[in-house]
Amino acid sequence: MKRLLSLALSATMVISLFTGCTKQEQAPATSTSGDSDVIKIGVFEPLTGENGGGGLQELDGIKYANKMYPEVLGKKVELVVVDNKSDKGEATTAVTRLIEKEGVVAIIGSYGSGVSIAAGDIIKNAKIPAMGASCTNPMVTQGNDFYFRACFLDPFQGEVMANYAIQQGAKTAAVIMQNGDDYSVGLGNFFINSFKKLTGNDASVVDISEFQVNDTDFNAILTNIKAKNPDVIFAPSSATTAPLIIKQARALGITCPIMGGDTWENPAVVEVAGADAEGIVLSTFFDENDPATEEAKSFVEGYKKELAGKEPIIPAVAALGYDAYILMLDAIERAGSTDGVAIRDALNATKDFEGVTGVINFTPEGDADKNIAVIKTVKGGQFVYIDSVEVK
Amino acid sequence: MTLETFLQQLANGISLGSLYSLIAIGYTMVYGILRLINFAHGDIFMMAAYFMVFGMVNFSLPWYISIIIVLIATIALGVLLERVAYKPLRDAPRMSIMISAIGASFLLENLATYLFTGVPKGFPDITFLTNSVTIAGVSLSVATIITPVVTIVCLFLVLFITNKTKIGMAMRAVSKDFETARLMGIKINRVISTTFIIGSSLAAVGAVLWGSKYPSIIPLMGVMPGLKCFIAAVLGGIGNTTGAVLGGFILGMAEIMLVTFLPALTGYRDAIAFIILIVVLLVKPTGLLGEKVTDKV
Repeated sequence: MKRLLSLALSATMVISLFTGCTKQEQAPATSTSGDSDVIKIGVFEPLTGENGGGGLQELDGIKYANKMYPEVLGKKVELVVVDNKSDKGEATTAVTRLIEKEGVVAIIGSYGSGVSIAAGDIIKNAKIPAMGASCTNPMVTQGNDFYFRACFLDPFQGEVMANYAIQQGAKTAAVIMQNGDDYSVGLGNFFINSFKKLTGNDASVVDISEFQVNDTDFNAILTNIKAKNPDVIFAPSSATTAPLIIKQARALGITCPIMGGDTWENPAVVEVAGADAEGIVLSTFFDENDPATEEAKSFVEGYKKELAGKEPIIPAVAALGYDAYILMLDAIERAGSTDGVAIRDALNATKDFEGVTGVINFTPEGDADKNIAVIKTVKGGQFVYIDSVEVK
Repeated sequence: MTLETFLQQLANGISLGSLYSLIAIGYTMVYGILRLINFAHGDIFMMAAYFMVFGMVNFSLPWYISIIIVLIATIALGVLLERVAYKPLRDAPRMSIMISAIGASFLLENLATYLFTGVPKGFPDITFLTNSVTIAGVSLSVATIITPVVTIVCLFLVLFITNKTKIGMAMRAVSKDFETARLMGIKINRVISTTFIIGSSLAAVGAVLWGSKYPSIIPLMGVMPGLKCFIAAVLGGIGNTTGAVLGGFILGMAEIMLVTFLPALTGYRDAIAFIILIVVLLVKPTGLLGEKVTDKV
């Protein structure tokens, strides 16, 4: 019996070894033929880990864009998807694999600023142009000629949220951030700075607390915050963490508004937090009821069908993923080649590009020059548009 | 700090600590008998949470039936894991079986990621557990109050089984000396299976209570609690059930009190747990209630 089992086990191992080989043999085969008829674009997204939910939404948007625009320079575009597992260590491995093994000509992604920053140097050294869709931390594109992005930045987002909080009559705020997460800490600090500046009072931020990745218990932090009784809580965090913070805050009897960033526009937040999600406030990139361009109109119509009720609203990150893809495709087309430097120059020369999330131009740093954010809340279990904020 | 805030934090600490205790018992029991750190315990806990989600959300069963199904499914998983990953290695060096445990843990995590994706699932609302009550200005959910009670009841149940029953006697014999117990006609496999049954059912109970408090269910949700409860078990003296409960309470309380009294250090909560582990290993490797084991020559 034992011998039989070990025999079976070793047989499966040997077989899996061979399947591994065939896969590896296939990859270079397609890439050599790829020189003639396929252009590979890498998609670098978290599909698992704490940002897995958001990464999947963004990937869906990119895939849909690929379906709509499957060709560039007369060749078929092949998306090569890698999972960076929401982990900075995995991110470098994943992006190296895209560049060295898969030989992609351009990269799209990632959801989550931390992983994008981690991959930045590799992208820069390999001279492969990359287009972030929803990574909002300024450091993603700073000092990196090859990293571009389709969304607004955290300093802007932080200011928008601080502005909104003050408009709603908040005089004091508490901030909860995730230690070691570039997105959360970055956005949190931009909010703190703006809030202090706008209230003209350094003591207006009454509490700043940090937690760590995969923490689930926020009762202690929230009890401290409750004692300080702020008018608003700002807690930029992942869609996995957000409902835990919201639910625990409400269970402790904290009634003040709770606000977050763009990551909160995720059905998982509403699903997990349930009735407690009512009234949360978040800023995001896009609203399906207010299409800014012609491209947006056809996108909303087509993507609604594509989603087929899978999600109640079009997630903003899907729209950004779509934009990131068509921006990249447009640049490749104008560059007329798949050379990294040529594509980069074409991206820099992008002028008044009609994307789904608005008309896009790039700043010298490679950021989309956007000054409109959409503020949403949750009502009756749905994300509802409140306001568009423009900051000059 | 007001008294109210302090009392609230105390309640937070007791509730978190009792959850840690509940899971730590599972670790300590398996270690006590097999001298194996069951690294997959945290992942069995995670699977139990998913079973609950499926029971109540996908099959819309009432919570009391779901809990029974979760218990059965989790026990089946625990016993299956023991059969497949540990039993074939019973006579192998301890290191091999430990590596097998780590492998089983990764297998479960990745299987869950593959099957359920990384998108968090909401833990179903068991209304009577998530209702909150306010006592003297302290807001508590019913789950918070029930958890310590459940933990203590489970502790006494486990103590009763190990000290007063025949199978418990066999367990103690096996933990003292594996080979001799076998020679005395104790059915080792049955004893070990029973251990896994108890450990897994505690993980299932822990998962239901954990989910009611922290309702974001993801494939990696077992990793941190797994590590923390392992630390709790070591702190209390691994192999000692009462020690595990004590360790769990101390750890939970230490984490909450760090945030209460040193709010600037909230980001170092996990570090506290690991510092405790290192200090215990340096100062008193057998843990608070652990017995000194003399190695037989």
